Amino acid sequence: MKNYETVFILNPVLSEDQAKDTVEKFAKVLTNTKANIVNVEKWGLKKLAYPIQHKSTGFYNMIEFEAENNAVAVLETEFRRDESVMRFLTTALDKFAVEYNSRRRKGDFNKNKDKKQPAKREGQAV
Amino acid sequence: MTLQNEPIQRAEPKAKYCRFKKNGIRYIDYKDPDYLMKFINEQGKIFPRRLTGTSWKYQKKVAQAVKRARLLALLPFHGDALK
Repeated sequence: MKNYETVFILNPVLSEDQAKDTVEKFAKVLTNTKANIVNVEKWGLKKLAYPIQHKSTGFYNMIEFEAENNAVAVLETEFRRDESVMRFLTTALDKFAVEYNSRRRKGDFNKNKDKKQPAKREGQAV
Repeated sequence: MTLQNEPIQRAEPKAKYCRFKKNGIRYIDYKDPDYLMKFINEQGKIFPRRLTGTSWKYQKKVAQAVKRARLLALLPFHGDALK
């Protein structure tokens, strides 16, 4: 088992419900491959730094999970099949990244940001 | 008038240091574009080590993080007056 993290951008044309269903679909793909989902985060509709597929915004989502290496291939195949996914990136996490992410989940890094814009990056465990 | 040149008062150059080694940062997050802005110039190019003082070990990680952020459209590949 290894720790992974995947960030993907969904098409902004989708409604909130559709976007939610799509994220759940990918979470299901992972659980079907006996992966352990650690954390799911929705960053919401964000502006892109440059247009992708002629769109200037996108729904950002992040899933952190623990899986065997074959699960990543299955997940990425699903990403390629789904037209609503504009971009995805899966990275393997080393021990420092895992530590960093657990601190990030607790909100150690967003203390100052939270005061200005609350609940922007709040994680939702599934 | 003396024939000797007057000494020029130059400030002693400050020693550069690696901020990651100094602060004990072991992982550079590609999901935090505000932080990565410190390592790119106004055009979106990655600063060289000789300007930031980052050690080779962490410069590789900075570059990796910036490139990942670019792929996810968190940072632009090229930009105009980002700062």
